[in-house]
Amino acid sequence: MTIKTIEAILPGVIYLSSSPDAPPFKNAGDKVAAGETVALVEVMKSFLPVEADAEGTFLGYSVESGSNVEPGEAVCRIESTQ
Amino acid sequence: MSAPIRKLLVANRGEIAVRIIRAAKELGIATVQVVSEADRDMLAARMADETIEIGPAAAAKSYLNVDNVLDALRRSGADALHPGYGFLSENAGFARAVTDMGRIFVGPDADTIERMGDKVNARRAAIAAGVPVVPGSQGRLDDAGDALKLAGEMGYPVMVKAAAGGGGRGIRVVRSAGELAAAVPQAIAEARASFGDGGLYMEAFIENARHIEVQVLGDGKSVVHLFERECSLQRRRQKVWEEAPAAALPPEMREALCASAVRLASAVGYRGAGTMEYLYDPARKAFYFIEMNTRIQVEHPVTEMITGLDLVREMLTIAGGAALSMTQDDIRCDGHAIEVRINAEDPARNFLPSPGPVDRFEVPHGDGIRFDTGFDAGSRVPPYYDSLVGKLIVRGASRAEAIARLAAALKETEIGPIATTLALHRALAEVPDVLSGEVSTQWLETWLAESPPGL
Repeated sequence: MTIKTIEAILPGVIYLSSSPDAPPFKNAGDKVAAGETVALVEVMKSFLPVEADAEGTFLGYSVESGSNVEPGEAVCRIESTQ
Repeated sequence: MSAPIRKLLVANRGEIAVRIIRAAKELGIATVQVVSEADRDMLAARMADETIEIGPAAAAKSYLNVDNVLDALRRSGADALHPGYGFLSENAGFARAVTDMGRIFVGPDADTIERMGDKVNARRAAIAAGVPVVPGSQGRLDDAGDALKLAGEMGYPVMVKAAAGGGGRGIRVVRSAGELAAAVPQAIAEARASFGDGGLYMEAFIENARHIEVQVLGDGKSVVHLFERECSLQRRRQKVWEEAPAAALPPEMREALCASAVRLASAVGYRGAGTMEYLYDPARKAFYFIEMNTRIQVEHPVTEMITGLDLVREMLTIAGGAALSMTQDDIRCDGHAIEVRINAEDPARNFLPSPGPVDRFEVPHGDGIRFDTGFDAGSRVPPYYDSLVGKLIVRGASRAEAIARLAAALKETEIGPIATTLALHRALAEVPDVLSGEVSTQWLETWLAESPPGL
């Protein structure tokens, strides 16, 4: 069991749900598959997915939806089963 | 509203803000630049006489925030506002609010924006002014006889789709009367099965369509055209490379096309700079009005390069109450101009956005070369707005000369360390189809799909 931090690759505005009215992509305790979208970054009018790079259990977001992120900034944490 | 503008609020950012400030300075107009938190140090902010901060980086909270921009206008003491392109430039409610404050909105009045900015209304206005639109069935078609008669009038190929359907569902392209006779009963049956309604809609199918648009300028009384531009090279409906004039257009069609745009703009008493967009069908040798943009456009410099006129200056003087400074006879089309949009996107990685620092910023110089940008060496391209870094515009005596000049100028241009679309433009300037002008609005995406990822 290791705790993994998923980071933003591009700078921009981060969104934790697919639309303003939708529930968050993940809640604490949810299972996460490798490659699954956990957030979106709006960069230059494009919405690019932030994907989990390992499977495991979702622990929580480290950023607020709608805030600015920089590359390398932690988006969320996952307890990896690998 | 007939006094010349003395102080102007620039309600935009990036290269168009720089462009507007330059024109204003030449006219002796004081400038106030609005900035988001992310744009405090942008080139336009450094050039303007004053700046006013209007909110956080996200456009929705700053440049698109009507209340914040209006508040800046009130506080600035400016007597006019230039909206540039994008953001609030075609927002009729915003234009009306500016006017209601007793300030000048640099552009047409709110009613005109409302009327011409709506596709259905604009199409209706075009038909009333005798401007051709893409031919199609007036109402629904319910049998093959009506469809055959109509298709015979507008010529093949035609596109048949369910009247009740949306998007691309149930669309058939038909190339002859025989095919149409067979397709109509099938399409009716399918439409009934899919949508519970067998009604069909038919319109001319334009193969290898070219995007051609006409620049107009009006002062509310008279309207002139400044010839046309061709913007067929597009990716995801974003223009990438623009030219003036449109080389594919036969001379007699150019005259008819430009006259139609003047007719439509005159019919609505147009005031300011505007663009009528058309599709050109090379097979039918016909043009069809699709929509109007009631603002300055990104690609306006190619028109300025072939006419020698300053569109933004004209916008400002007209908004200040002046009549057009020229008549149609004064406007000449001289040479050929090309603009390429250099975007912060990586063509080798499927045009992934590439915001960040531009420590290296070498732009070309020389006769017939213009570079419009909102950045300079040491700037950062922020991730919050569109990806346009700069526009390289060249003019030559002929199209071939313009392309040769463009190719040479692109080799002199270096922007980094962010990725840009410079490599795409360098490649395009050598592609035989581009050199011969054998392109359509679909051409670039097809070519990209077949090209190596690094170009």
